[in-house]
Amino acid sequence: MSVSKRPLFDPPIVKRAMRDAFAKLRPRAMVRNPVMFVVYAGSIVTTLVLLQDLVQGDGQVGFTVQLAIWLWFTALFANFAEAMAEGRGKAQADTLRASRAQTRAKKLDNPKDRHRFYFVPSNELERDDFVVCEPGDVIPSDGEVIDGVASVDESAITGESAPVIRESGGDRSAVTGGTKVLSDYLVVRITAGAGETFLDRMIALVEGAARQKTPNEIALTILLSGLTIVFLFAVVTLQPFAVYSGTSVSTPVLVALLVCLIPTTIGGLLSAIGIAGMDRMIQQNVIAMSGRAVEAAGDVNTLLLDKTGTITLGNRQAVSFYPMPGVDEAYLADRAQLASLADETPEGRSIVVLAKNMYGVRARTLTDGTRLVGAEGSAGADGTATASSHDEEHVRMAFIPFSASTRMSGVDTPSLELRKGAGDAVARWVQAHGGNGSAELKPLVERIAREGGTPLVVAERPVGLAVAPGQGGARILGVIYLKDVVKGGMRERFERLRAMGIRTVMITGDNPLTAAAIAQEAGVDDFLAEAKPEDKMALIKREQAGGKLVAMTGDGTNDAPALAQADVGVAMSSGTQAAKEAGNMIDLDSNPTKLIEVVEIGKQLLMTRGALTTFSIANDVAKYFAIIPAMFVAAYPELGALNIMHLHSATSAILASVIFNALIIIALIPLALRGVKYRPAAAGTILRNNLIVYGLGGLLIPFVGIKLLDMALVVLRLV
Amino acid sequence: MTTNGWLQIAFFSLCVLGIARPLGLYLVRVYDGSVRWLAPVERAIYRIAGVDPSEDQHWTRYAAGLLLFSAASMLMTYVVLRLQGLLPLNPQGLAAVPARQAFETAASFTTNTNWQSYSGESTMSYLSQMTQLALHNFISSAVGMAVAVAFVRGIARRSAGKLGNFWADTVRGTLYVLLPGSIALALLLVQQGAIQNFSSYVELTTIEGARQVLAMGPVASQEAIKQLGTNGGGFFNANSAHPFENPTPWTNFWQMFAIFAIPSAMTYMLGRMVKNQRHGWAIWSAMFILFAGGVGVAYWAEARGNPIHAERGLDLATSTTNPGGNMEGKEVRFGIANSALFATVTTAASCGAVNSMHDSFTPLGGLVPLVNIQLGEVVFGGVGAGLYGILVMVILTVFIAGLMVGRTPEYLGKKVQAREVQMAMLYVLVFPAAILVTTALSVIVPSGLAGLNNHGPHGLSEILYAFSSTTANNGSAFAGLTGSTTYYNTLLGLNTLIGRFVMMVPMLALAGFLAEKKQAPESAGTFPVTSPLFVVLLLGVIVIVSALTFFPALALGPIVEHLAMGAGRLF
Repeated sequence: MSVSKRPLFDPPIVKRAMRDAFAKLRPRAMVRNPVMFVVYAGSIVTTLVLLQDLVQGDGQVGFTVQLAIWLWFTALFANFAEAMAEGRGKAQADTLRASRAQTRAKKLDNPKDRHRFYFVPSNELERDDFVVCEPGDVIPSDGEVIDGVASVDESAITGESAPVIRESGGDRSAVTGGTKVLSDYLVVRITAGAGETFLDRMIALVEGAARQKTPNEIALTILLSGLTIVFLFAVVTLQPFAVYSGTSVSTPVLVALLVCLIPTTIGGLLSAIGIAGMDRMIQQNVIAMSGRAVEAAGDVNTLLLDKTGTITLGNRQAVSFYPMPGVDEAYLADRAQLASLADETPEGRSIVVLAKNMYGVRARTLTDGTRLVGAEGSAGADGTATASSHDEEHVRMAFIPFSASTRMSGVDTPSLELRKGAGDAVARWVQAHGGNGSAELKPLVERIAREGGTPLVVAERPVGLAVAPGQGGARILGVIYLKDVVKGGMRERFERLRAMGIRTVMITGDNPLTAAAIAQEAGVDDFLAEAKPEDKMALIKREQAGGKLVAMTGDGTNDAPALAQADVGVAMSSGTQAAKEAGNMIDLDSNPTKLIEVVEIGKQLLMTRGALTTFSIANDVAKYFAIIPAMFVAAYPELGALNIMHLHSATSAILASVIFNALIIIALIPLALRGVKYRPAAAGTILRNNLIVYGLGGLLIPFVGIKLLDMALVVLRLV
Repeated sequence: MTTNGWLQIAFFSLCVLGIARPLGLYLVRVYDGSVRWLAPVERAIYRIAGVDPSEDQHWTRYAAGLLLFSAASMLMTYVVLRLQGLLPLNPQGLAAVPARQAFETAASFTTNTNWQSYSGESTMSYLSQMTQLALHNFISSAVGMAVAVAFVRGIARRSAGKLGNFWADTVRGTLYVLLPGSIALALLLVQQGAIQNFSSYVELTTIEGARQVLAMGPVASQEAIKQLGTNGGGFFNANSAHPFENPTPWTNFWQMFAIFAIPSAMTYMLGRMVKNQRHGWAIWSAMFILFAGGVGVAYWAEARGNPIHAERGLDLATSTTNPGGNMEGKEVRFGIANSALFATVTTAASCGAVNSMHDSFTPLGGLVPLVNIQLGEVVFGGVGAGLYGILVMVILTVFIAGLMVGRTPEYLGKKVQAREVQMAMLYVLVFPAAILVTTALSVIVPSGLAGLNNHGPHGLSEILYAFSSTTANNGSAFAGLTGSTTYYNTLLGLNTLIGRFVMMVPMLALAGFLAEKKQAPESAGTFPVTSPLFVVLLLGVIVIVSALTFFPALALGPIVEHLAMGAGRLF
């Protein structure tokens, strides 16, 4: 889903919102929001009084008409705010729906035979059906690749135009309905029924159709309802007090006072703030599965960040060679390069490049192998490669892939076996093959680890004809220094998080020494070294037991349990289906650093609610000063002293207050949709700043606003 | 206003500050069970009552014990008052207390309100005073303290859900705090001339030759717990203005100090129990600022006197021979400063003892006690009630302002969520519901207006004061309202019960909910509850919540009266 930045008041959205504002006047819709329901009921009562006045031809009809109009506007403005927030989501959803265009799927009865398919409409596919997708086909539904490798264009979902590889097995087996196969073919097992696909869920989420009140929103609604009841008591009992004082207050005026006092500003904007929060997530290409998750993001205490790809660039780079005594550095580079020729990992490639740059290893005879393997050799599933070269020797090279059990990789030629890998693993291999460990190795390995690098030990063993008599043993040649490259700007970001009181923990499979060095370089607060998936889980549980909320990102299937356990689990869109189902947010850009933005949006959401609540309550002070003297100045002229704004008359004071109360909702819609300005800082600082703006501002602004409206009413002869 | 007056107020404030730590530390030890010097007595009480003091109670059980205990003791008092004529220790042969008055009195004393629609000397026998009213003075205070302690435990405990033992808390509070304190204070009062006897009333001829009856009784003992437990029910109708209850300026000081001692110390206890002493002091500061503001306005208004008097040529200036200001309804031995201070203290702390006639204060001077009560008795407040009352305000502050720092609001690591807000709002709703509704009713029904001696805004103030005072469990009377009618006895009695138990139960529920929660560790992102900014916020929430509730009523009562007085109109 490509998200274009829409202007806040996009004309089509505004138009739709204006229509929806009226549609939302249904009692069933209004009753969801207790505060605005009181306004709604008050508007109806005032209108009835107006009708009575019109029929009987008495009362201050002109005043009551204006009052009724502005009361209705108050309710409509709140509806408009909500409709505006929803409108942005709806527009987004329409774009998505377009990509769900009806397609025909190539269904297979036998997944082993991909050539015998027949067409069915894609919405008739069921879970565990099999389909084949060939170049140009749109993948009909969410599923798992069981056969084939293909490049897939996922731009409809992620907005990322570069195609991605999808293949069976491993962490890249999940495909999403609505994406397009560009090359080769995929056989897919469907994992989602009609209407349950990722795209369907995304549309529902974006549209806000399944929106439920979040826990904090519920708590705030209780507070606002409670305040509304308090004001109901204050206003209703005012009539007996007035009667006792020898006067009486008309019903429309009591309604006006009530509507002004109850927290309509926040009451009217509350749902808009929540919807806009979700919308801001979508602007960041993050789909939150629930508003609850967005809220939890603001509360996060601990961020778990995978080192690789998040804190450091995805790949470590070889930066230097350290030969053992008696080994020539160039020889080490040469052997290291040979061992890495078939190593497609970025680390392996960086070794090849370093050897070439430092020693021009490529010019030597062995480079033939490089070219051959790289250009024409095709790696079979068993890791052997046939160098079908023009090389006179017709070298057969067997590549030993890295495995978790051996923790080494390497290459076997008829004359030589080469291994590279973790220090202890290689040392064991050397000993197993009759060689001796080198005393210099251990301190060297430790030093590199301490500096945050990854030591990769290279060893060789001559075999066959190459073995000179008495020299059959394997030997360690030296160490390759692989360095983690910390992404730019990470330190500053972690400092921002720290200022917000969030602790960052780096998760890495590295040994503790390496981890500590990188942690220090990146500026994270803590690290978990040699982490296995279950360690990650244990860490999350430990943090949660201490009352902390934990956020993490993940993409692999083995991340799924931890993603589900974390309070905020952001799954990468490129990840497996299991990961996406376990998390409560999905990042369409698959950018793990996005977690930081997610946290900021969560905080901003809560701050906006708090700021507008404070503003709303602070507003009441001025309204009391406007309305109470207006109500009772006839009974007690002395109360005119409370009319500190020197409003023109009782009617102008009451009207001005009601109009201010209605207009402030419209005026604050942009703030509700954008959220209050957020700068990372300690809670005390944020509180002070917001308090000055929204607390003090809320206290003072209505004095000015009501006075100006009062003057305008007089000038326009409306009172 | 005089320097001497301000110095006395300052000295009093310093003493209130000074007692917070030592008494607070003692309270912590009392309630964690490590004070044991009366252990045999304590054990005997538990054995006789058949309770297990070691049971850690869920909030529902704690509340059930509290309600049962209060109901039973209230019923007992009702019965004794109704049978008073048949019982001993009644030298004056006083008859049974009328039914509604007995109900009102029983409710009022059970709830620590001590609103008195009777005159002690002409209504209550010594037996009723000593075994019933004094008993309630002790146990209602102990119950209030118990709820506060349970509430603080709710905040301090993690993932527990249990609040302690109601019986143990009540017994310990009585035995280790209230009893020793009262004995010491009673001795001080006796030393200064307060009376303590079982004599018949004394008839004598005054210097002018008139005959006068002097009421007697065990006054000092009752007086001590009346103040220490912020009860306020006087032995005599004149309460602490009576020379046998409050003979000298010294006893006046001791009485005021006794009112504030435990509430002040409870803030320290809070800080210690939740392991955040600065938070305790922040609460103390908020309370003190409200108190200082109140006493400042009251003293200023009373010392200034009535401008209409000044216009008529009365000398309102203070000099060595003239107290100046508004001395109407004040005792000469206390003067303006100590009357204004006493009025502020007794209404701030939900005590309700009076040493002057609040009804005779200037409109602003009378507004201070009324506002103190309507703030929810959180300005130090009643023993226990003041602490849990302000903690509700703290929770609301944390909720509203806490959102502004971008997190789900947390109070000392406990998340404030829907259930907590619900209970806090229930608590907040009691005041407008009970006070405004009954006041509004009383200003329009004939039986409500019948008891009124003044009309216009002053009459409204009198009725509003009566219902505020009973609902907030203060018990002081503005006077000017005849409260001994069936109508007022019933409504006022009901209001004391609502203002006590309908507020206590949500409090215990809130404490129970908090106790169940995990405690999030403090970080830079946590809403600060120790800073001056927090104190300002807390003050803002307390003032705005009650101002928004009561401003319309106040505007038609004391405020308009004050403005009218400036314009030369009196009511």
